[in-house]
Amino acid sequence: MGRYVARRLIQFIPVILGTLFLLHIMSVLTIQLVGDPVRALFGENAPPASVIQQMRADYNLDDPCLQQPGNPCVGLFIDRLSQYATFNFGINFRGREVTELFVERFPVTVRLTVIALVFESIVGVFLGVMAGLRKDKFVDNFVRFSTVILIAFPVFVFGTLTQLFIGLQLGLKVRDSSWAPEWLGQMINVGYTSDYPWLSLVLPGIVLGAFSLAAIARLTRTSLIENLRSDYVRTARAKGLPASRVVGVHTLRNSLIPVVTYIGIDIGLLLGGALVTEGIFNIPGVGQLVYLAIQANDTPVILGVVTILVIVFLVANLIVDILYAALDPRIRYE
Amino acid sequence: MSDVMAGQSAGTAQEQATPASGPTTGKDRSLWGDVGYELMRNPVFWISLILVLIVLSMSFAPQLWAHTSPNTSGACQLEHAREKPSSAHPFGYTSAGCDMWASVVWGAGKSVIVAILVTIGTVIMGLVLGTASGFFGGFTDTIISRVTDVFFGLPFILGALVFLAIFPDRNVWTLTAVLTILGWTSLTRVMRGSVIATKQKDYVDAARALGGSNFFIIRKHILANSVAPLIVLATIGLGSFIGAEATLTYLGVGYQRPTVSWGLLVDDGQNLALAGFPHLLVIPAAFIVVTVLAFILLGDALRDALDPRTR
Amino acid sequence: MSNTTTDSPSRSNESAARTKKSPLSGLSFDSTAPLLEVENLQVEFHTRDGVAHAVNNVSFTVNEGETLGILGESGCGKSVTAQAIMGILDTPPARVAGGQVRYRGVDLLQLEEKTRRHIRANKIAMIFQDALSSLNPVFTVGWQLGELYREHSGMSRKDAKVKAVELLEMVGIPAAKARVNDFPHQFSGGMRQRVMIAMALALEPDIIIADEPTTALDVTVQAQVMALLAELQREMRLGLILITHDMGVVADVADKICVMYAGHAVERADVYDIYERPAHPYTKALLESIPRVDQKGQELTVIKGLPPALVNPPSGCAFHPRCAFATDRCKTDEPPLYQVPGDRLSACHYWEEVVKS
Repeated sequence: MGRYVARRLIQFIPVILGTLFLLHIMSVLTIQLVGDPVRALFGENAPPASVIQQMRADYNLDDPCLQQPGNPCVGLFIDRLSQYATFNFGINFRGREVTELFVERFPVTVRLTVIALVFESIVGVFLGVMAGLRKDKFVDNFVRFSTVILIAFPVFVFGTLTQLFIGLQLGLKVRDSSWAPEWLGQMINVGYTSDYPWLSLVLPGIVLGAFSLAAIARLTRTSLIENLRSDYVRTARAKGLPASRVVGVHTLRNSLIPVVTYIGIDIGLLLGGALVTEGIFNIPGVGQLVYLAIQANDTPVILGVVTILVIVFLVANLIVDILYAALDPRIRYE
Repeated sequence: MSDVMAGQSAGTAQEQATPASGPTTGKDRSLWGDVGYELMRNPVFWISLILVLIVLSMSFAPQLWAHTSPNTSGACQLEHAREKPSSAHPFGYTSAGCDMWASVVWGAGKSVIVAILVTIGTVIMGLVLGTASGFFGGFTDTIISRVTDVFFGLPFILGALVFLAIFPDRNVWTLTAVLTILGWTSLTRVMRGSVIATKQKDYVDAARALGGSNFFIIRKHILANSVAPLIVLATIGLGSFIGAEATLTYLGVGYQRPTVSWGLLVDDGQNLALAGFPHLLVIPAAFIVVTVLAFILLGDALRDALDPRTR
Repeated sequence: MSNTTTDSPSRSNESAARTKKSPLSGLSFDSTAPLLEVENLQVEFHTRDGVAHAVNNVSFTVNEGETLGILGESGCGKSVTAQAIMGILDTPPARVAGGQVRYRGVDLLQLEEKTRRHIRANKIAMIFQDALSSLNPVFTVGWQLGELYREHSGMSRKDAKVKAVELLEMVGIPAAKARVNDFPHQFSGGMRQRVMIAMALALEPDIIIADEPTTALDVTVQAQVMALLAELQREMRLGLILITHDMGVVADVADKICVMYAGHAVERADVYDIYERPAHPYTKALLESIPRVDQKGQELTVIKGLPPALVNPPSGCAFHPRCAFATDRCKTDEPPLYQVPGDRLSACHYWEEVVKS
């Protein structure tokens, strides 16, 4: 196991460097093709050259390589890497450090993501197991039907519709009614309120996790059905074990392996989805930070936050890979 | 991340399941004959196919479905802005005063064409890179796999944002380019896995022993085996790319106003729906969902027909 | 004069804490009855293309210390028979349509599932063909062996692990104490099969059903594993049912043979009689198709044709389309099991001719 972890760590380093380099190239290339965003900031106005020069220096945009389309700007990349190592991810166009902005908003996003992850894994696996055990019966058909429809909803569609029908219309009814408890009314709301930091994130969390819930349910179902047909299940039955043990211990453990793999990929989807969800429900998290930056054309923020998120994603994937080896012993000896 | 080969544990022939082989109906059916037969009997296939065809015709020949494009001058009048559905105009008007039905119809092409182009692009890349990586192995495989890993490390929306936020031109081609750059990895990985699995089969060794060149083997055996999952994934992928483009447009980095596109209609609709105009949101949203659903169901139907285990 | 005794908890003195009352108490086993009697067993499969008659009126008996070989090609129903005895068929689409499976006089098919479950592994155990796929890949070998003791005998984890090590030593796995923590994929094919054997023997059953135990192994390992099986059978006085399509393996080990074709038992006899003087055309053809070292340079004899689809078997005798002795009568009259001198049975109208040739 130790060897596997070491190998994974060694593989991790070139990949993270590569992805950061990819990000770097993408931003550099666009600047080379389009001109730097500092100039664009001022629009029609033409401030003195010295001001522009100063801003360029501040935002690391004064490297001459940026004038040459096609130059990968490796020097600039290395500079940036050393900045990342000191947790410097740039400054926004109004002078505030990206790192600071990120840290301010991070806790909310974490709460949102945790709710989504917990919701999608528990409900997803549960539905998948139910459907797999009662294949072709009502539960199975219901799960298959509802999950495929859920998958067809892009996050922003699901989010906006949920906000309208459940957050607003249903929510108003619940909040105005006399029998519903306070917490229920706050759970079904149109946006985030800091008065209820967890409750008001429940609906957005469900929206964020909905797509993945459907995917996990289907994956669990397929995996379970396939494992139920396998030889080792036959052996477990021949050992005289009760059905609950055959399914609950032997089959489930094997069936969850692909689900764990999926959750690794899912974290990437959740990060992107959080962006959209925070925009819709007005949640003051990292996603909204990017969302606002897009509208304000604040490029350093976009680049900086995305870089941080990519690092988070890759680290999370590494952890998931190691967890996967804990579940599937065959992998440890590859 | 390692591929979990499903064939590792399960899948060995269960002796109890099937009766002895032998032609049961007396006529030999080819693979595609069987597939066609399965598909014909599947109602989901027909429904989704019809929906897909409708959407495609809306994309390429919108005038068949709505006479006046909302882009023609004078088609949109602000005095009708936000009008709710009525018997004269069952879909109401958009926030810009254009007929909602015409807007959705004429907006279809924007999303669908991008999705089609991206699908073509990712399929080509997947075929070439995945086959090369899986078939030749060694250094080629290492390079391609590492590059795939690197691209995988960039979550889709985040990567798209970085590019599109800076790039001012947001049209069909930039969107297609961005989605292809971020989306080629999935199909490539799948193709690679499929090629590796096929390469290990005995009939490939047999073909080689009979003197088949690499190119011949690839064309005849390897690709033939991978065509089926490729078709399924491409169809489902098309659906997801429609959703992806709509998402980017909704976020503001896709098509820009005044282009009529689904993502922008939802964006407009969202704010106003909360203020009491649900139709502005629900109608474009429904179109998006039904379209994506149609492609996904079509892909699912194809997958069920092509999967030998359910036959 | 019958000797009915109620089941006593264990034969050996080694069973540890039996905290549960044996669920088999209440059944009256007959210790004078044969260990296992299968009588007119019928199993059907309901498939999309129709009803497949996988097992048709198969009967045989196994006594203590005896080895019965069930011989036949793939798809002839031998595995289905074994699984029907164990009760682990998937019941849809399979259905036991008739017959009895008597263990010491008690018909297992009439018992409720809870009771049957306790018979499995405790009284009748099964070994499967491919040990790699038949063992759970995510649990250690020790855990899987110990599970039997933990679930059936109520042992603690520690005690169960000790027993697991003993089992591994019994089947000849070196360094058992270390290997008990290994996973199935870390063993070689032959070692894995030994683990399967150990798992079957853990609770000291009376009967072992080995379904093609050596088919996935190479020849030298085959011999070792069969020798192990034979030795353990002798020591523990087990009844062994060996299912295989390999005539060589079964000749060595079996006392009696039952040949199956298309779900029917077509011949039953002593092993020497079957090999010396087969009484059924199928058995004869099987024997003739074995490649012989002293027949170099000649074409191999094969049985022409294919095994029939069980959904739509041929009329009359199922073997008639491929039979050298077939006449028109064979197409219409399904042959019963004729008595052949020497305590043998053959399902062929022309068995006398077959024996003579």
